[in-house]
Amino acid sequence: MRKSILIIILFLAQIPSINGQESRMVPIKEGTFVPLYGATAKKPVNVRSFYIDVYPITNSEYLSFIKKNPSFSKSKIKGIFADKSYLSYWKSDFDFGNANPKSPVANVSWFAAKKYCECQGKRLPTMDEWEYVAMADEKKIDARTKAEFNKYILSWYEKSKTYENPIGKTFQNYWGVYDMHGLVWEWTADFNSIFLSGESRKDKSQDKNLFCGAASVNATDLMDYAAFMRYAFRGSLKAQYSTRNLGFRCASTTKL
Amino acid sequence: MKKKYKISSQIRIFFFTICTIMIVSSCKKETTPSDYTKIITDGQMEAELTAPPKVPKPIGNRSAMKLKVNMEIKEQEGIMTDGVKYTYWTFGGSVPGSFIRTRVGDEVEFHLKNHPDNKLPHNIDLHAVTGPGGGASSSLVAPGHEKVFSFKVINPGLYVYHCATAPVGMHIANGMYGLILVEPEGGLPPVDKEYYVMQGDFYTQGEYGAKGLQPFDMNKAVKETPDYVVFNGKVGSLTNGNELTAKVGETVRLFVGNGGPNLVSSFHVIGEIFDNVHVEGGALINKNVQTTLIPAGGSAIVDFKVETPGNFIIVDHSIFRAFNKGALGILKVEGNENKKIYSGTIQEGIYLPEGGTIQNMPVVKTAKTAIPKRTIAEKIKIGKEIFGTTCFACHQSEGQGIPHAFPPLAKSDYLNADSKRAIKTILHGLSGEVTVNGEKFNSIMPAQNLSDDEIANVMTYIYNSWGNNKTEVTPEMVKSQR
Repeated sequence: MRKSILIIILFLAQIPSINGQESRMVPIKEGTFVPLYGATAKKPVNVRSFYIDVYPITNSEYLSFIKKNPSFSKSKIKGIFADKSYLSYWKSDFDFGNANPKSPVANVSWFAAKKYCECQGKRLPTMDEWEYVAMADEKKIDARTKAEFNKYILSWYEKSKTYENPIGKTFQNYWGVYDMHGLVWEWTADFNSIFLSGESRKDKSQDKNLFCGAASVNATDLMDYAAFMRYAFRGSLKAQYSTRNLGFRCASTTKL
Repeated sequence: MKKKYKISSQIRIFFFTICTIMIVSSCKKETTPSDYTKIITDGQMEAELTAPPKVPKPIGNRSAMKLKVNMEIKEQEGIMTDGVKYTYWTFGGSVPGSFIRTRVGDEVEFHLKNHPDNKLPHNIDLHAVTGPGGGASSSLVAPGHEKVFSFKVINPGLYVYHCATAPVGMHIANGMYGLILVEPEGGLPPVDKEYYVMQGDFYTQGEYGAKGLQPFDMNKAVKETPDYVVFNGKVGSLTNGNELTAKVGETVRLFVGNGGPNLVSSFHVIGEIFDNVHVEGGALINKNVQTTLIPAGGSAIVDFKVETPGNFIIVDHSIFRAFNKGALGILKVEGNENKKIYSGTIQEGIYLPEGGTIQNMPVVKTAKTAIPKRTIAEKIKIGKEIFGTTCFACHQSEGQGIPHAFPPLAKSDYLNADSKRAIKTILHGLSGEVTVNGEKFNSIMPAQNLSDDEIANVMTYIYNSWGNNKTEVTPEMVKSQR
């Protein structure tokens, strides 16, 4: 009897987190835009239509993933897939401690995030896809020239511990997506395709065919310093890294 | 006779040539620098790091070592000036960052740690590093991570370090700079006091003094129009009880840096002459210097002996920065007066070649923000800050004024008799003879370009200090006198 109650409680507890609102996806229409980096000769890139999670993955969602894939738990994960700070704020393998279940999961490596999305039949968004969705404010597909929008993004850098906030409290953008700015940074599938070397002032050598990043010389908008910081942040990462301000969400090419 | 002369002249030429060769070759010997890359390190130690204005202990004549530097990057909120907050990005928790002290030949093992709660990646470019990016290319570090690289310091001098992560200017503008000293063999000549002073310019969305958390303003940074130009990261870091100190007869050395990001500094100590200046922080020593130019991303080592007591005001002699944007510090020297070196005032009366016209400050139209209701205590606190940057140079720290030149504000009968007149004096300036506490003054006070709120605060502070009659001045009272 006691056991069955426990099971029911566990079951009830998990309903909202697994199949609830959090993993909902919305369609993003095909379009073109000029990213800060990566567009050779400032030509726009084309983003094909795709689907993206409305919210970043939460602690409770990630916990249920780990329960099904214990090899990705804190103590079991292989060193090549995650560094020592992987889930460092979690109390133990199956307990995220005092963290808010509705807060974004952070301290997750790229390998783990990728695996998570694959287990949902999804994938990580590409950097172009992510930036494409992130350039929208409440009303416009591309709000990057709006001073207020940029101010909003930048003000986030001046607020500490935003990773403790629950998902869905920032604004809902044109596509119906939340938390692209103001909560945590997010992994993208090809986070290191634009390579800003540590020395951001010299990244202008022409021999880097693949790595066309340049902190100033090749950028399309020298005043878009919010974007500079995103690209610099991605440039500082390696796939096994995990940090307290970095979470993720998933995308999909087809409707699930 | 003629022949003899010819021979002797030939001999002379010969000797001259020999001498010249000897001088040239001996010169060569002296100027060839030692090859510090070949110095072998002996042992290992952890570097002492200090927050400004302190510096680590002198190196003296220790041998070159492997020196471990542990530096943590922290993004944290701090105070720019009273009531104004700013999110600083710091090396070691201070602006400027921790002072690093080394000697030539040291091998520095640098551990750069990015605090897990930080939002951004950072790196470090040390101008003392001979290598790509000054270390920046090997040190880009994500939050919650640590990067280690090492370098050998092979040039003696005082060098700037800073963050070089995109957008570079913003990282520097937020305070990510500091100094690393590379002492020559045997160390620098000993002095009695050593201090660390570094200038920086800051760009905020609100104008100077606008309250609350002020975000960084990239437009102002690109235009190079800072709201604040300060020493050691904030207004008042070297005043209001944080003065640098020395005693009469002591020698003082200042390690001065300029983090920029934009402005060059005309570094000057009012009432002192630098006995020695390591020009641009290098080996060239200039003597008897009044003002030394410190480029953005550059430095200078200055030293001087203090012979007389008093407050010596440290400024950027691009002078509006000092009195209007915060670049003001104080070296407080205590000890006995030396009348032979400085007599004090012996002349009475003022000579005014331009005549007694009132000078005006240009009035800048700025967007009016609603003035919040303030308690007397808040007014006094804000007013004290304004006094420290605007009034203090003439009327002095305790409102005592300067005899025969600037009237006292402390227990001032002139001030206490009529607050409207006092408000007008600040608003419109004052010239001509006035009698304060029985003494006649005949000087010019220029009109001050302060807001109603600022005048109300500073006057409330003055009226509630030094035995005055505790009048509370409101912005409305100021407005009615405009």
